[in-house]
Amino acid sequence: MIKHLLSINNLSILLPEGADRKCAIENVNLTLSAGETLCVVGESGSGKSLTAKAIMGLLPAPHVRVGSGSINFGTEDLVQVSYERLRQIRGSEISMIFQEPMTALNPVMSIGNQIDEIFRYHASMAKLERQGKAIQLLKDVKLPDPKQIMNTFPHELSGGQRQRAMIAMALALSPKILIADEPTTALDVTTQAQILKLIKEMQSTYNSGVLFITHDFGVVADIADRVAVMQEGLIVESGTVNQVLNQPSHPYTKSLIAAVPSLTPRAPRKKSDESVIRVNRLNKVFGGEKSFFGFGKSKRIVNAVQNVSLDLFQGETLGIVGESGSGKSTLARCIIRLMDYDDGDVSINGTNISKMGRAEMRPFRAKMQMVFQDPFASLNPRIKIGNIIAQGPLIQGKSKSEAEERARELLSIVGLDSKAYDRYPHEFSGGQRQRIGIARALALKPEVLVADEPVSALDVSIQAQILKLLDDIRRQMNLSMVFITHDLRVAAQVCDRIVVMRYGKIVEVGTTAEIFGNPTHDYSKELLSAVPGKGWENKNSASLR
Amino acid sequence: MIDFWKRFSRNRSAVFGLAILVAVLFVATIASLIYPEDPFRLAGKPLSGPGLNGFLLGSDSLGRDVASGIAHGAKTSLLIGLIATLAAVFIGIIFGAFSGYYGGRIDDLLMRITEIFQTIPSFVFAILLVAIMKPSIESIVIAITVVSWPGVARLVRAEFLSLKNREFVQACHTLGMSDLRIMLREILPNCLSPIIVIGSLMVATAILIESGLAFLGLGDPNIMSWGFQIGAGRTMLRSAWWVCTFPGIAILITVLAINLVGEGLNDALNPRLRERQ
Repeated sequence: MIKHLLSINNLSILLPEGADRKCAIENVNLTLSAGETLCVVGESGSGKSLTAKAIMGLLPAPHVRVGSGSINFGTEDLVQVSYERLRQIRGSEISMIFQEPMTALNPVMSIGNQIDEIFRYHASMAKLERQGKAIQLLKDVKLPDPKQIMNTFPHELSGGQRQRAMIAMALALSPKILIADEPTTALDVTTQAQILKLIKEMQSTYNSGVLFITHDFGVVADIADRVAVMQEGLIVESGTVNQVLNQPSHPYTKSLIAAVPSLTPRAPRKKSDESVIRVNRLNKVFGGEKSFFGFGKSKRIVNAVQNVSLDLFQGETLGIVGESGSGKSTLARCIIRLMDYDDGDVSINGTNISKMGRAEMRPFRAKMQMVFQDPFASLNPRIKIGNIIAQGPLIQGKSKSEAEERARELLSIVGLDSKAYDRYPHEFSGGQRQRIGIARALALKPEVLVADEPVSALDVSIQAQILKLLDDIRRQMNLSMVFITHDLRVAAQVCDRIVVMRYGKIVEVGTTAEIFGNPTHDYSKELLSAVPGKGWENKNSASLR
Repeated sequence: MIDFWKRFSRNRSAVFGLAILVAVLFVATIASLIYPEDPFRLAGKPLSGPGLNGFLLGSDSLGRDVASGIAHGAKTSLLIGLIATLAAVFIGIIFGAFSGYYGGRIDDLLMRITEIFQTIPSFVFAILLVAIMKPSIESIVIAITVVSWPGVARLVRAEFLSLKNREFVQACHTLGMSDLRIMLREILPNCLSPIIVIGSLMVATAILIESGLAFLGLGDPNIMSWGFQIGAGRTMLRSAWWVCTFPGIAILITVLAINLVGEGLNDALNPRLRERQ
């Protein structure tokens, strides 16, 4: 029998009374060997993060606690060991990387100091020796100019650099086990690819076992040796990466994998030449305004959108893809006149709307509507669903009964029960809220729908449903759609044409098939090659139609 | 509402505070029933101790009934506290809402004005205002309002700043909603809870300022108040302790009760604390 580094036996974690289920996880069995990567996959609420926290003894006691089972690490049971022993194990033998490096690092301590802290508490070394080791670690995680980085503070680093620093800290004492809780979810796709590569390299250098928690099957395909799939606190399937991804046996795994959008672009549709929205040389600069008396520093200037021109044709879905900070959301908000821009024109059906005042603009508002990213922030928590949807028609001068009728009709179109009309937003799940957001946007019978990352806050199975809903609606109402996303898989399934943006500029425009099949710009190539799980194109994941 | 009461009543001291507050309110409403006479009336032998000569809480140097003064003073204190706070909250919301919502120049202008009011020590400022306007109940209310609105303005501005960029507000823009309607119907209801909390605490401060002014002889000479009673009795604090002590206790208890209620409201309305429990 192979000796496992870590074996979790029949572990159950109890939730406080009144929670929606009794156990966060139930009878979980997992093993991890040296040099192996075990991916725990699941949707939100599946208990994957709590499993990781239980290993580190970080459960939010006394509300959430281990009910039964054991976590065997070497000869010890981590459920039973004393608090002092657990503290020794944390950091030196088992260490953890978190999702959001900005909040996981102490903002008022320099990176060097934070690494130094680990050595100070866990090993006795001279100051110079500690410093040398810290610099070596930063060099190992490929941070540029490690000596300089030692003195910087977390906010001075980029997201990817922060995550590298976190990894350096986690590896400081060459732990036997590294737990990574969604370490790349908050990162851009190209950065994510680099971090995944780094974790792989570090693992082979230190021969540690990696427990990797993620919701992204692409990442699983790239990094895992073995996979465990969790659903509502139970492990429904586990096996080697090849078995689980290519021959899933459990229906839940099958449905999850089927919901992952394929990278193969969908079949092209008939194209119209009639332009609905034309954007001409749009520019938007942030910052630069002076303060009241002219005191104070002049603010940093950011060219969010530079000289962007594009057309949206009747009935098409135009994808705008790019990484964070590329200006894609700003562009969308400028098109829909949520933001004023400095320069350039936007016309809808040939009418230039860029200089219109509020009252003049009102009839055009109805033609363009927006679906927002965060289903929790996009609905006013104090207003009933029915009124949220009916608001638009009311403002545009419809009578109360007409607006109500329209709202009820829309609720059924987006697949919600008519009882939802009198409820408040907090009674709905993320996916349902997104449906409400879509209903609100459709209430004015728009011609153009601008969707800003409408599915990126949702679980993959819900994501598939919302994408399907958007597609049905687009077809039924003959909408033209601007679809902003950072996820190229989604873009491949939804868009007819794609605009790739970087640093506020358009770097490439083309049909989806062109961009995915034969990208010309270097950045488009880089983006495409960074998509996680590129090598794994499964037969199960069908395109949306 | 029932849900709200459940959360509020989980805080025992808040319920206790509310009970005291209700009692004070009760005394204030029935003051003219139990003491139908003018509290300034000379009711009997001066400087009688508590329980002597028919005085429940004694009489002051002119023979005025302290208990009657406290009962009638409760009305004054609560009324001034409430009116001044409502006025201050109203002004504060207007300033805060406009400066937070529009930002830029308007924000700069309104906030500089607010800062001018904030830089002057509030009690000194209140004394100055009352002295200029001649002591009367109106001038006291105005003075308290003027010194206490900047806090509300700051709070409301911060709330508006964070809420105006929320996606639900942007959605309203795309529907073509007017600014005023967005401010009143969409944003304001979402920042009511902190406003209610700060308002309840401001009532307590207002009562203290009023008492302080009356103590210094700047109260309305025709209206009985707790501060006035303390001011009248301060010269004989050692010989006739009851004249100052009972109104003082009344102020202490009322302010404490309001603070407890304010704290309880904070706990009940703050969603983050809600989760913790």
